Amino acid sequence: MDNVAAIGQRPAHEEPHEQPGFLRRYIFSLDHKVIGIQYAVTGLLFLLFGFTLMMIMRYQLAYPMTPVPLVGNLLSPANAAGGVLLPEFYNQLGAMHGTVMIFLGVVPLAIGGFGNYLIPLQIGASDMAFPKLNLMSYWVYVAGGLVMVATFFVPGGSAQSGWTSYPPLSVIASAGQTWWLIGMVLLITSSLLGSINFIVTIVQLRAPGLTWMRLPFLVWAQLGASFLLLLAFPPLEAAGVLQLMDRVAGTSFFLPSGLVVSNRLMTTMTGTAADGLASGGGNPLLWQHLFWFLAHPEVYVLILPAMGIVGEIVANNARRPLWGYRHMVYSVGFLSFMSMVVWAHHMYITGMGTTLAAFFQTTTMIISIPSIVILTSLLMTLWGASIRFTVPMLFALAFMPMFGIGGLTGLPLGLAPSDIHLHDTYYVIGHFHYVVAPGTIFALFAGVYYWFPKVTGRRMNDVLGHVHFWGSFICMNVIFMPMFIQGLGGMNRRLYDGGAMYLHNAELLKWNVVIGIAAWTLGLFQVPFIVNFFTSIRWGRPADRNPWEATTLEWAAPSPPGHGNFDTTPAVYRGPYEYSVPGARRDFSPQSEQEPA
Amino acid sequence: MQIPYTVETRPDTGLYNAKLGIWLFLASEVMLFAGLFSSYILLRTGSVAWPRHMLPVGLATLNTAILIASSMTMVMAWAALRMNNWARHRVFLGLTVLLGLVFLGIKLTEYREHIAAGELPSRDTFFAIYYTLTAVHALHIVGGLIVMLYFLGPGSRLWAQRPEQFTNRIESIGLYWHFVDFMWIFIFPLLYLL
Ligand code: HEM
Ligand SMILES: [Cu+2]
Repeated sequence: MDNVAAIGQRPAHEEPHEQPGFLRRYIFSLDHKVIGIQYAVTGLLFLLFGFTLMMIMRYQLAYPMTPVPLVGNLLSPANAAGGVLLPEFYNQLGAMHGTVMIFLGVVPLAIGGFGNYLIPLQIGASDMAFPKLNLMSYWVYVAGGLVMVATFFVPGGSAQSGWTSYPPLSVIASAGQTWWLIGMVLLITSSLLGSINFIVTIVQLRAPGLTWMRLPFLVWAQLGASFLLLLAFPPLEAAGVLQLMDRVAGTSFFLPSGLVVSNRLMTTMTGTAADGLASGGGNPLLWQHLFWFLAHPEVYVLILPAMGIVGEIVANNARRPLWGYRHMVYSVGFLSFMSMVVWAHHMYITGMGTTLAAFFQTTTMIISIPSIVILTSLLMTLWGASIRFTVPMLFALAFMPMFGIGGLTGLPLGLAPSDIHLHDTYYVIGHFHYVVAPGTIFALFAGVYYWFPKVTGRRMNDVLGHVHFWGSFICMNVIFMPMFIQGLGGMNRRLYDGGAMYLHNAELLKWNVVIGIAAWTLGLFQVPFIVNFFTSIRWGRPADRNPWEATTLEWAAPSPPGHGNFDTTPAVYRGPYEYSVPGARRDFSPQSEQEPA
Repeated sequence: MQIPYTVETRPDTGLYNAKLGIWLFLASEVMLFAGLFSSYILLRTGSVAWPRHMLPVGLATLNTAILIASSMTMVMAWAALRMNNWARHRVFLGLTVLLGLVFLGIKLTEYREHIAAGELPSRDTFFAIYYTLTAVHALHIVGGLIVMLYFLGPGSRLWAQRPEQFTNRIESIGLYWHFVDFMWIFIFPLLYLL
């Protein structure tokens, strides 16, 4: 082609923007849209990977000690003897499922993908404030992801102490844990770079006329989540450094004196925990505090962008302004702040004492209020509206009751008396999966269907979308609803045989089979989505700039937007959700149009 | 395509992008050190006996003075740019780097003496937190020095093209440098005096 032929005669000072090569355009691009797509696709792949790990685990739970079909024989004998998962490998799958889903799947897709792609478009900017930082953040994330996946191949396998990595277990675990920590440090660095970029972009690059109260709700949600990443992740980084020291430098930050491992006292000598040596004097609870100081805000990092996406889609398909937009915005702020002072509700059984427990119970009850405000506002938006039941809207509508169930079941967990019974049971698993799986992940699917025409210039197929939605909706509930029954019956989480070793679980084991079958069926119902995703890029029905007749700024740009996004810098004349304005010519009045059209 | 507010400030926020960025970064750094300091407090209050006076106060006092001096030379380096005095800027930025290196040198002798005396991180929680806190801090010094060396070397070319942007960059690294010094002001009494 021209480019190739001309390389020899290129003038020395050619503008690098004019003719970026393949690498600069698609792999190491500085364009927020390309980086957003890279984040989103990588995130989706990791979601699939994490989901696969779980489908393998679920076989062991449903039919303990039987060879796993299809994949069992592919696994190395060190992990699965004759196709039957070994306990150590089961633990690895569990730890990595959580890690992959949260840190490599949902956050990169919700923040890195949707945030990167949409924030500049929704605020009328041509790019992020720091494009190079953006590029770096993506590649550091990829590096972190690769390190995490590679841990499966180090001697002793990957991390196996849960995504929570509680010491002392994690400190004496095999080498995979060290790499898990290194992977986490990379991921933390990546989100740090990303969150700084997001906040600066939102504060500094808003288009003329785009005042704070005219920002789309999604932008607010991303802003809140960015602050959480910025401020809550560093303590985990500190904790990670301390655990790394415990593992490689032989310190005892998290190892108490008198610890006995495999019938051997960890003696007061210089050496590392792996050799059974520790000076002691440390405190395992220190890790739990530092970890949950991040990890509770982290759950709001998972839910805020989801709420934002649902807000956009609900307003658009209800053809009404978001009810109580202002209160939703205040709720995001309050939620972000409060999420930093509830962490110890994960630690009621550590014997923290009633005073401390009272504090964290109170803050936990208070934090549910803003969530309820947001959910109520979304529901009120639907009140009396003539709703368009598009595929994105179906997912967004499903988000509401699913998030509702997840949130409500969190309340008994937030109160110490009930949590002491429920802690570490399947009830907790049911609770948080309702919020993140049929909750956040449905919102992310909604977002993919909704913005796909903007990103590709083509629509996704509706029939496949309906199959995907209804199949997933039913399966998700069949998977997670029985977990409440199991948990209330006292079945613990993280058991290799699914709880069969305990008599009190006898009546509950049948649910493991139901859940397993629903989980694999859920896997099948993702096939229409994958097919739809790839075929629609090529053959989907072409979409114009504003296929959903929406109001926010991204729909004023071409589909897909070119380098620099807008034809001319947009000016903003109105709030984000002026749908069905009385007296207007159409039922939507875009932010960038001057006259009430 | 030009990203706005890289040099000039946005009227309604009163900030240019990098300045907001560096402040946010420092906020996250505060949380990082807060995590480490809280660990120190928790470990110390939970310990049966906490060793004291294990560290050379004299050397650390000298190092404190060196860091404070380097903060002052950093301000001078930035002020020189504001006064359009390039030569003066180079001198003061160079001095800052030099002081940073001296700090690291003294720190390393300290480490060497402890290691020679068998006082490794694995000895007890006091030395564990001592090494961790001071090493994390020293890494921050190293990071700052790398950036400054860049601005002394290849990064200095920006001055000829866009002096304001270059001045902004020096202001940002200066803010970072003051922060790192400020953290030392906490670390010094916590480990050496109390
Ligand atoms: C709305 C109010 C909420 C309340 C009152 C609440 C309360 C709780 C409590 C007390 C626990 C600890 C239970 C235990 O371990 O014994 C917990 C666990 C958990 N919650 Fe929530 N939660 C809420 C919302 C959310 C949201 C929105 C998410 C995620 C998007 C979430 C994700 C999680 C996760 C991942 C865990 C389990 C962590 C683990 O032990 O591995 N929660 N929740
Ligand atoms: Cu929590």
